[in-house]
Amino acid sequence: MAYLELDRVAKQFGAQTVVDDFSLSVGKGEFISFLGPSGCGKTTTLQMIAGFLDPTRGAIRLEGKDLTAVHPAKRGLGIVFQSYALFPHMTAAENVAFGLEMRNVSRNERTERVRAALAMVGLAGYEDRHPRRMSGGQQQRVALARALVIKPSVLLLDEPLSNLDAKLREEMQIELRQIQRTIGTTTILVTHDQNEAMSLSDRIVVMSQGKIEQIGTPQETYEKPASAFVSQFLGKTNDFAAMIDRTAAAAKLVAGSWSAPAPAGLNGAVTVSVRPERIGFGDAGLTAKIVTRIFQGNHWLFQCESECGPAIVIRQNDGQAQPAEGEAVRLSWRPEDMSVRARAVA
Amino acid sequence: MSMAAEERSARAPWALTAPALMLFVGVLLIPLAMTVMLSFHDWGQYKGIEPVFILKNWHEIATDPYYAEMFWRTFRIAILTTLLTALLGAPEAYILNRMSGRWKSFFLLVILGPLLISVVARTLGWALLFGGNNGLVNKLLMSLGAIRSPIPFMFTETGMVVALAHVMMPFMVLSVWAALQRLDPQIENAAMSLGASPATIIRRIIMPQIMPGVLSGAIIVFSLSASAFATPAIIGGRRLKVAATLAYDEFLNTLNWPLGAAVATLLLVALVLIVVGSNALIERRYAEVFR
Repeated sequence: MAYLELDRVAKQFGAQTVVDDFSLSVGKGEFISFLGPSGCGKTTTLQMIAGFLDPTRGAIRLEGKDLTAVHPAKRGLGIVFQSYALFPHMTAAENVAFGLEMRNVSRNERTERVRAALAMVGLAGYEDRHPRRMSGGQQQRVALARALVIKPSVLLLDEPLSNLDAKLREEMQIELRQIQRTIGTTTILVTHDQNEAMSLSDRIVVMSQGKIEQIGTPQETYEKPASAFVSQFLGKTNDFAAMIDRTAAAAKLVAGSWSAPAPAGLNGAVTVSVRPERIGFGDAGLTAKIVTRIFQGNHWLFQCESECGPAIVIRQNDGQAQPAEGEAVRLSWRPEDMSVRARAVA
Repeated sequence: MSMAAEERSARAPWALTAPALMLFVGVLLIPLAMTVMLSFHDWGQYKGIEPVFILKNWHEIATDPYYAEMFWRTFRIAILTTLLTALLGAPEAYILNRMSGRWKSFFLLVILGPLLISVVARTLGWALLFGGNNGLVNKLLMSLGAIRSPIPFMFTETGMVVALAHVMMPFMVLSVWAALQRLDPQIENAAMSLGASPATIIRRIIMPQIMPGVLSGAIIVFSLSASAFATPAIIGGRRLKVAATLAYDEFLNTLNWPLGAAVATLLLVALVLIVVGSNALIERRYAEVFR
């Protein structure tokens, strides 16, 4: 049975629907990311789980019990805010201890658990520091310790890493994943950063304009995007206009001078999506010319102008000679590396 | 850069601030120094002011219990006014801060509105409502039979505190409001998610963080109330004098300028000491919140 369940949840502000028909079941111990651009409703959904907003329609259940009937102070969820929202007048230890104090945990146990929580996030010895005397990364860790020390049933993370610089963000991602694996808390992360969502989560919920575009593992959403939005939002992608030609004996999928056996179930105008790292230079396929070639250390990035529009190709720097700028090439890929969607013809 | 240009640029700040500096020295520092000097001069009913150096006025203030009573009353009224504005102003600012956009700006205007009206007009308003038998409220309550005799307001310390608190309220509300603006908008949600009740959130999370605002508002209200003239003059008149009205009377009625100067100087020094002292205390106590 699902641990946390959102059943057709919707939120309206006046006439504006911010979240619509949001259904998701989260297993115990799972790490889920809500991924989408700003304004897609991901934070609103998180706030409904936290109880800061009431859903207009639908139900939220935790272990089968209606969560919306529970006051936010009694839900027992751990939340890390984008701004951390630490209490500036309290030390790190007092911040972490606050939730335990509210639960009337005895002083001795409190001290012990606070010490353990701060040690877990790598802040042993920082007990008496005030938040404003700590770096962004350290404040982030205090916020995480404060949320985890109460042993929350679900941990909610609202863009927790977006205020950190790139290097620190990567470190925190790894650490966050390790901590979550160790203690096994069911976690929901809200983020607009696709790398963050992919490296941390068991499953990603891709959202756009208040609706779920796709729910799947990071690989599924990346390899088999359910919509044009998902394929463009998750990493770089090439979309080529193509046609399915069923006039010949063997139905064919044709894009310019590239063709492959047609997939079942589709007809007429389609869009072929291929990731840049799955395209190779060969003797047959889409004719193209290389416009720019950028060296990026472990790989090369090619911007090409093909007969079906602009294309990006990424090749590993494997020591082989690479085509030069201005060179004419043929682009090809394996049928299993592409996804094909029906395309509306204007 | 040449030497001359360097010299010129070094002089420039002085040259640029000179007009303001001259104004400051001319209308504030010199009169202040003259007032202090005046307080050491002698005065007699028939001989007038004699420019000699004696401690007569200071000795009189120090030994005559009349002055002690006057200063004690001044600071008592100022302290009570400060407490009243803090007790009413801090919740007022908090409620204001939680209002939605349009109502917020409307009520902010209502709170600041009194600042646009003369202190004299506002104080006279209180006198019209509560002044003796003819005060509007007194008249109404008496004709309704709710009270037998008018509520004493004029010439009472209570009346002075109430009128002063009304005049000073905007300073307290604005000061607390400024502190509230610095709060993390998610901080109440954070405390709530950790299991805190609304009362606990206010007591443990909000109060400690807006305390510096309350205290700096208190300093403003205290110093303005202790040196207030118009309100005590109208409500208290000659019957209930405070330090400011006392100095005024010495200057303009008794014409004993040196004694008036001594009273004014003592009030100024006492206020500066209290304000600077409490400010230092507050800054040390709330170092972590102020950063």
